[in-house]
Amino acid sequence: MTVIQVFHYEQRMSVTLQCPGYPEDTLRSLADRLPCRETQLKSLLSLMGQPDQYSYPSFFIYGHRATGKSHVVLSVMKDLELPHASVDCVECVSSGLLFHQVLSAFFGPDAAALLPRCPSLSDFVRLYKQMSSNSPATQTRYIILDRAERMRDMDFSLLPALLRLQELVNDNVTVILLSEIVWEKFRPNTGCFEPLLFHFPDYSKVELVQILSWDHHPSYTPELYASYINILLGVFFSVCRDLRELRHLAALNFSKFCEPLEKGEAKESDIHKLWKNIEPHLQRAMQTVYLREVSSVQWEQQQMDEKEATTLRVLSAHAHIELPYYSKFLLIAAYLASFNPARTDRRFFLKSHGKIRKTNFLKKHEKTSNHLLGPKPFPLDRLMAIFYSVVDSRVAPTASIFSQISSLVTLQLLSQVGHDDQLDSPKYKCSVSLDFILAISRTVGFDVVKYLYDFL
Amino acid sequence: MFFLKKSFLTKPGCFVFKSASKKRKRQLGVGDDDNGSDRFRIGQKLWETVQMNTEVIQDQLNKKVLDSLAEFIKKHGLGCSSDVWRQRASEIPTAALMLGVNVPDHAMTFRSLCNLLQDSVTPFVVSVHAKECAVIPVKLLIQKVLEQLMGSGVSVDEEKEDDTALLQRTPCTISALCQWYKTVTKKCIQVSPERKENLTNNDLPQSLPVVVIFKDFEAFNSQVLQDFILICSRYTQELPFVFIFGIATSPSAIQHRLPHSVSSLLCIEVFHSLSCTQHLASVFDKLILNAQFPFKLSSRVIQVLVGVFLYHDFNVQNFVKGLQFSMLEHFNSQPLSLLCCQKQEALLSAKTLSKQNVEQIRHLPSFMRYVETQEPQEQVRLLTNDEHVKEVCQTLLKNLHKYHKNYYPILQCLHSLTSSLPKFPLGKHIRELHVSCIEKNLWETEEYDSALQLLRILAKDELVAALRKCAETLKSANTKRMQNALQQLEDFIGRLETLEEDSSGNGVISAKMEYQKTDLFQLQKTLLEKESRRTKRMNSFEVLRSQVMDFIDSLVREYLTPAEFQPLNEVCYYSSSGVLRHHPFYYLKVTDHSFRLTRFYDECS
Repeated sequence: MTVIQVFHYEQRMSVTLQCPGYPEDTLRSLADRLPCRETQLKSLLSLMGQPDQYSYPSFFIYGHRATGKSHVVLSVMKDLELPHASVDCVECVSSGLLFHQVLSAFFGPDAAALLPRCPSLSDFVRLYKQMSSNSPATQTRYIILDRAERMRDMDFSLLPALLRLQELVNDNVTVILLSEIVWEKFRPNTGCFEPLLFHFPDYSKVELVQILSWDHHPSYTPELYASYINILLGVFFSVCRDLRELRHLAALNFSKFCEPLEKGEAKESDIHKLWKNIEPHLQRAMQTVYLREVSSVQWEQQQMDEKEATTLRVLSAHAHIELPYYSKFLLIAAYLASFNPARTDRRFFLKSHGKIRKTNFLKKHEKTSNHLLGPKPFPLDRLMAIFYSVVDSRVAPTASIFSQISSLVTLQLLSQVGHDDQLDSPKYKCSVSLDFILAISRTVGFDVVKYLYDFL
Repeated sequence: MFFLKKSFLTKPGCFVFKSASKKRKRQLGVGDDDNGSDRFRIGQKLWETVQMNTEVIQDQLNKKVLDSLAEFIKKHGLGCSSDVWRQRASEIPTAALMLGVNVPDHAMTFRSLCNLLQDSVTPFVVSVHAKECAVIPVKLLIQKVLEQLMGSGVSVDEEKEDDTALLQRTPCTISALCQWYKTVTKKCIQVSPERKENLTNNDLPQSLPVVVIFKDFEAFNSQVLQDFILICSRYTQELPFVFIFGIATSPSAIQHRLPHSVSSLLCIEVFHSLSCTQHLASVFDKLILNAQFPFKLSSRVIQVLVGVFLYHDFNVQNFVKGLQFSMLEHFNSQPLSLLCCQKQEALLSAKTLSKQNVEQIRHLPSFMRYVETQEPQEQVRLLTNDEHVKEVCQTLLKNLHKYHKNYYPILQCLHSLTSSLPKFPLGKHIRELHVSCIEKNLWETEEYDSALQLLRILAKDELVAALRKCAETLKSANTKRMQNALQQLEDFIGRLETLEEDSSGNGVISAKMEYQKTDLFQLQKTLLEKESRRTKRMNSFEVLRSQVMDFIDSLVREYLTPAEFQPLNEVCYYSSSGVLRHHPFYYLKVTDHSFRLTRFYDECS
């Protein structure tokens, strides 16, 4: 069944949230607790059918981060008290863990303990069958797999098998996959049972306001909070639509917003005044807290300290790295080797290179800026050759020079290309930026720009 | 040989040893010498002093940052129950500990951090190393964490058929850890076992945080880290995690390694540890610029060791190892190192020198130089009478100790005077000054002249401040001569301070100049004349200042003589830098890479 069919299915439903087989007041409270997801809730319930009926074998629910996928599904499960097993696939480093969690959720930990040491899919199916024959499902059992995209890295047969688990175990069980990416990226090339696709759209701005206004502060009126949310979204909506992040930011900055009210400088109706007070503050928050340059605790402390002048030391402010003298030159040499074509080494590092024009000396593809193309791999020999011509004093090629290369690799300033076990002539790439290398070369008094082919 | 074997078997720290001892033995005639065990004893004692001192220094230096880290963790342990915390419950408090690139030094820091946390904050401390869990699935990392926290009862290797493991099998997941944590903390509160008593009895409801230390953040696979953080953030409500990232480069490494969706789960605070150069400076102060420590290094050896540090590895531990290695070499190769110990002990052993040792003393270049300066009669006695040599040796040793006692305070004085001068003519660090002092006569160098010239134009308040610093350092020195010097210095300070602001017009050149039509040469000449005339008329401050400078100069000339000129300096000074440089211990061997390099150049041209 495709998405269009789901929509047809949806339209046939009655507008009020009524589903046979489920208690009505629970449904009503559920609908209240899930604002702006009424349509999704309705269609989900109707897809699930009555608790004792067999449901569709597998659903696939997708949508962006923080669009309420897991929240809706899990609240439905919890409120309607349906038997379910909820598993986060990030945690399942092996399929055995997944089986374990499912079995222990349905049949208790004793059943899960029966799994052999390294359970295969058939072990799981056999055990499930055995257990369900003892206690057959009176209601549909649900297996909810969050972050299902991780399943693609697991055993290739796992996903197709789970999609038709109902057939395999002969029990009333439904698998719900939750993911941030679309089904097309999942489909194994061997083909499989197609699950029901089900999309959770992003919240619109109006909906975000509605949801965010929910957690208003008890000591202030909801109207005030709603206006605060409006101001907040005015600043952040263009960069962030993640509900979770917005809630976090709203909670962090609300005390600042209320400051004039507490001091008695403004009344709740003076929205404009409040706006003037909070707006620059929010702008600053966008540059720091949102990017996690400043931790939220530090941000709060700064608000308490109430000093605008104190500039917080943001994470990216300390970009300076202290390196041993030769390591600096090794890094510079690596940078030169990465961004200069090997043919130009003669021009830069040999004394009597003659005159080589840039234009007719180079091949066509070398004419584009090497900085646009990114770093190129270079062999160790070339690195050392450049290093010795760059460094001003005579350095013996000692083992400690070579060990510095490997420590640069562990610091992620260089990266090794190819296999680690290539001892003969390993290849490296330099993975630092131009600004970084400029700063480094300034400390050793070396003009790196003079040696870069791009800046000739 | 006996000495060699014993010392190297007992010290697990050093392993590689080029055995060139046979040759050396013949050279020095150690073969039938029996003071080896004495030397071994002295050497071992010194070795232990070095070890202890470095640890003390490390502890002192790290104390501040470690304390603030512990404070941070405590704060978050408490914050767990408050309301504010709930709102962003899935944020994991994270400390980014900036350590610098000298990675091998970090091990000690982390060890003391672990101990500190376990003693004062929480028993649940785990430290993980990237090498142990670099494989892509996050399983190994979780396994490491669980193993360290819960002991070895975790089933890890699913393929491994092990009966004991089967019995107490716990799945390797964080939720299992959660269960375990709940039972343990409950037990903690109810029974309060003696290990955690001091933690739990003061405030029970505080939940103990689980601290995970990532020793080398950069080396971790970023996928593994992301997964681990995602998983942990799911359990923050039940399990109060705190992360500590040991970062070698810069805090922006976090942002480079983790996407926003993951880094938004962290609440990062940055902590800076002391830089390695400061660390080196304090080690230097404690072990090399210290009269109490009898073993000394010559200027060449210091240069090699400092060079390795600054140019190659930034590794203080390696520096200390180099020091220890030269100590070993010294005690091994120099039979007279028997006398390299505290004064009283050295005098005692000087009395009981063997015949051979006396002969060796006679062969010491410094002793020979000393003999040459003596009267002919005395020379004969020194060369023939062993007992006399022993007596002379005692006085010489006393002199040597005295020299050291006076040398270091004056060195520090000179450093505090010159370290604030523009362009640092005598070096920014005291080690540079030390090296040039023991290498040659300092006062014959150009740098010293320029430094003195700069000092001679200091303003009054600057001069007084610098002199006060000198007086401070001299106060701690307790020899008579230093007390004398201190008195003179204080006298100078007093005179400088009581100096009246007199004769303001004296120093100023009269502005009136007779302008005549002259050529450039003439003008220069007249100006120079005027200048020289002006310098002749110094005011009383200038007179006093030059007196002070002459006094300082005399101090330098008297006490900062190179160690080479001291008789018997070979007893204490280790000087074979060549051995050090080419020893496998230091790994400074020339590799065969140069051959390939030449090939590369050939291909190039």
